Amino acid sequence: MRLTLRVWRQRDAGAPGAMTTYEVDGISADMSFLEMLDTLNERLILDGEDPVAFDHDCREGICGACSLVINGDAHGPERTTTCQLHMRSFADGDTIDIEPWRAAAFPVVKDLVVDRSSFDRIIQSGGYISVPTGSAPEAHATPVPKADADHAFENAECIGCGACVAACPNGSAMLFTAAKVNHLNVLPQGAPERESRVLDMVATMDAEGFGGCTLAGECATACPKGIPLPSIAAMNKEWLRATRKGRRS
Amino acid sequence: MVLATRSDREPSLPRTLWGSTIGKKAVMAVSGLIMLGYLVAHVAGNLKVFFGPEEFNGYAHWLRTIGAPVLHDEWMLWIVRVVLLASIVAHAVSAYQLSRRDIKARPVKYAHKRARASYATRTMRWGGVIIGLFVVWHLLDLTTLTVNPNAQPGRPYENVVATFSTWYGNVIYIVAMLAVGLHVRHGFWSAAQTLGAGNAARDRLLKTLANGLALALTAGFIAVPVAVMTGLVS
Amino acid sequence: MSTGTETGLPPYAGYATGEAIADAAAPEGPIAERWDKRRFEAKLVNPANRRKHTVIVVGTGLAGGAAGATLAEQGYRVVQFCYQDSPRRAHSIAAQGGINAAKNYRNDGDSIHRLFYDTVKGGDFRARESNVHRLAQVSVEIIDQCVAQGVPFAREYGGLLDTRSFGGVQVSRTFYARGQTGQQLLLGAYQALSRQIAAGNVEMHPRTEMLDLVVVDGRARGIVARDLVTGKIGTYTADAVVLATGGYGNVFYLSTNAMNSNATAVWRAHRRGAYFANPCFTQIHPTCIPRTGDHQSKLTLMSESLRNDGRIWVPRAQGDDRPAAEIPEEERDYYLERVYPSFGNLVPRDIASRAAKNVCDEGRGVGPGGQGVYLDFADAIRRMGRTKVEEKYGNLFDMYERITAENPYEVPMRIYPAVHYTMGGLWVDYDLQTTVPGLFAIGEANFSDHGANRLGASALMQGLADGYFVLPSTINDYLARNPGAGAVAEDHLAVREAVGRTEDRLARLLAVDGDRTPDSFHREVGELMWEFCGMARTEDGLREALDRIPRIREEFWQRIKVPGTGEEFNQSLEKANRIVDYLELAELMCLDALHRAESCGGHFREESQTPDGEAARRDEEFGYAAAWEFTGTGAAPVLHKEDLVFEYVHPTQRSYA
Repeated sequence: MRLTLRVWRQRDAGAPGAMTTYEVDGISADMSFLEMLDTLNERLILDGEDPVAFDHDCREGICGACSLVINGDAHGPERTTTCQLHMRSFADGDTIDIEPWRAAAFPVVKDLVVDRSSFDRIIQSGGYISVPTGSAPEAHATPVPKADADHAFENAECIGCGACVAACPNGSAMLFTAAKVNHLNVLPQGAPERESRVLDMVATMDAEGFGGCTLAGECATACPKGIPLPSIAAMNKEWLRATRKGRRS
Repeated sequence: MVLATRSDREPSLPRTLWGSTIGKKAVMAVSGLIMLGYLVAHVAGNLKVFFGPEEFNGYAHWLRTIGAPVLHDEWMLWIVRVVLLASIVAHAVSAYQLSRRDIKARPVKYAHKRARASYATRTMRWGGVIIGLFVVWHLLDLTTLTVNPNAQPGRPYENVVATFSTWYGNVIYIVAMLAVGLHVRHGFWSAAQTLGAGNAARDRLLKTLANGLALALTAGFIAVPVAVMTGLVS
Repeated sequence: MSTGTETGLPPYAGYATGEAIADAAAPEGPIAERWDKRRFEAKLVNPANRRKHTVIVVGTGLAGGAAGATLAEQGYRVVQFCYQDSPRRAHSIAAQGGINAAKNYRNDGDSIHRLFYDTVKGGDFRARESNVHRLAQVSVEIIDQCVAQGVPFAREYGGLLDTRSFGGVQVSRTFYARGQTGQQLLLGAYQALSRQIAAGNVEMHPRTEMLDLVVVDGRARGIVARDLVTGKIGTYTADAVVLATGGYGNVFYLSTNAMNSNATAVWRAHRRGAYFANPCFTQIHPTCIPRTGDHQSKLTLMSESLRNDGRIWVPRAQGDDRPAAEIPEEERDYYLERVYPSFGNLVPRDIASRAAKNVCDEGRGVGPGGQGVYLDFADAIRRMGRTKVEEKYGNLFDMYERITAENPYEVPMRIYPAVHYTMGGLWVDYDLQTTVPGLFAIGEANFSDHGANRLGASALMQGLADGYFVLPSTINDYLARNPGAGAVAEDHLAVREAVGRTEDRLARLLAVDGDRTPDSFHREVGELMWEFCGMARTEDGLREALDRIPRIREEFWQRIKVPGTGEEFNQSLEKANRIVDYLELAELMCLDALHRAESCGGHFREESQTPDGEAARRDEEFGYAAAWEFTGTGAAPVLHKEDLVFEYVHPTQRSYA
């Protein structure tokens, strides 16, 4: 198939950027979206042009590196990551707009590559259970009800790609933060740091310059791992509870 | 690098609330729910217009004497007014600050626009502004009577009929009430999420409740101008 | 010293055999007591002095993440690197199936000794007994540690941990978190690491790639690394360097590794003196999604756990191209169940992979190009019901459907083997120290525990064992015995040379300005390796590969085209630089495969097989680990043999029939 691509090109963080148009031909429906971009880049290199920079690594939908807004949708039209999106989702002759994640907290590094270290800093501020190596009790010492374990898992599936922020009209990181808060706070192991975790993570989230939540629901729609919108309400509840109770640690 | 580290001294509760996006949302949610409660009472009172001028004007007079003889004349009315004013201010200021923040969080917009992305957000923001402007007009019209065509103190029934006998009165009112409906529809559900009352099992119930409230309020409020226009109330 | 020239081999293959190498760090005595003994004998660093020691950790996968977090908890100053934008993305994240541990929660006869036994046997008797036993011992603690971190392992209704069985074993010892075990374990390590970053104990450098090792007075004292955003070449010095940079499967171009996984760190270390052991031991995973065309950039693995309930078959007749549903039961060949009745579909990976290749070579493969076999869940769905199958494998089925546009609940999956894991790696002793003092290699980057073939769900176990428990104990000994020989100055000759070499190399890559892209070279060498150094290897094929690789290398330096500059974010430069190392590593892999004229585990030499086509080991001649010493690009390396002694598990011909 033959496609017209309009791609955001930006030399580096400080340079101005613009949408640039490329034609690509001979695209197979079995290609992944990134393989389609590989095809474009091979040609650009041979033409002596700068290939399009984009983040990618595992190409099997789990590392969370890939991050393209395709025709206005984070990760494109299917509910999956960009690397698992295949060209069969497009038709011959289509024009496709490709842009980076847009958020103040995700500055562009080059072309379609953005800096998501703000996510790491949110985790650093409390997205863990303090258990130094070697200090763990026997694994079966604390049974966890299956429902709680499943609930924790559902939230733990987050791959930290940032699609929630990219899709949110406010550039909010509530779904990302909520996923980690819920994962750890529902487990008995996470209980001792329950209050400080949610207070600190939310404070960092705000300090990083993400927007607030207006419950538009776009984050959960874009999430390739299906982190559900009610996770946000659950985090709000944890946060309000923590402000009432105060931190224990 | 911005890092929220654990500090020894805890900030006060109001400070924590006002300093956080979630806290500000909670302020919006609570103030919104207070105003929603007021609207429910307001629409119930409005519907008394269908029982004629005596009953409607009597009801309006009673509003000034609630709590008597413990409370002096109009005291209750002023208490309600103060609470409402505080709610409006808290609601509007937090909405303004949060919106500013939201806009700043995406300095560069997407080139490929999508319609649905900001539907709810936009209705809330612009709906809020419309409702705010309406409240000003509404107070000038039926409280201070500054712009009311009839402007007879103590005769609210006649004043209402006079307002809805003008085309612009109807237009302003109906547009505002539609905005109220949309605002309540997303706002009520949203408040429930913000206050942590939402979960997957309860989501359908909350959405139904939000839709029901929005519909009942809008229909109840619009019933009055429609009745005046059709001559049912005159 | 014997030289290959007597046998008439070409120059590179004319390697010399040097002195034997021995693992000096492993204690003597009963195997079950060796680890305790080593930990007791190892010198310790006073907790108050640890802050004065800096340890560089390269890589943030299971091994690196766990090691960085644990060393920082102990009080060392850790400086850590990853090429990804965040330490949460290393390719450990893609491991699906699970992690083994000898907990014996099922009361099915499992024990530390059985896990040890299974691993040595599964590795086809090419692993070191002491290391493997330690791995089995530590496995138990890993599960405790991860559960305490909040890793959401699958649980039963009673609230206790669930387990499942995996290829090559007959007990149920694999702990799992749906099909995302690697992800959950990695996030556990990442979170522990994040805590230490916030505490200021770990200085994290994401988007920074190690390009060379700094060796001062024979000891590893630092690295040269490139900031991938600005292109700035930086030097970082320390008291010890830990490589946790994963395997080198991407030398095959198409593999299940992440696109940017690479061998540069280990190969640079090899060039600086670290011996490279058993490079030809590569694992071909039997259950991957077949390729669809030349555009294919990587292969996707479907967890081996699928073989628990799926049945593998091909049509009995050659060239039978009817849809699967129209092939009646009696015309299907469930070849693994037929040939290996006691293990059936759960035979080890190397056997399952070769069996698939054999039936496809016979012309009985399915799907486009006949490069595939069916993995059928129809019986499982009938037996357990669709809901149960969905609960167990739902995300894998979804992934398959997204890639192939076929619904595996209705039509059988098609699978084909793909390069997945490399058992070979930097040679390390019991302390995980390489032949360069102060340089340690952990996880897939070392060669130690899996012999010639790794069992399923053991990679996660080894990565975490090395990172959480083994290295943090053994590195103390090195640091205590070498108390800070003083900081290495920025302008030390060894540092300046390492920086100079790196800058020269990048400048050369940019200067060629030829007419071929980095990917085109990568694909060429990858295809060559898959053909001649893949699932089945022959002397002729390997000789041809050894003949062609230097020519590709020569062409590379004449025709490579790398756009842009070195002082910017330049993904083409990153790629090209990695290919330089693949082009040398590929040669060593082929040489190792050529010299090892036996079949064992993942290394199958067609000349060495039993009459019924099984791998035939030659223990008398090849019962050693081959550790290669670098002498120069294209120059014959020196072979050092480490004899493997089996005191507890006596080598037998593996039988899974």
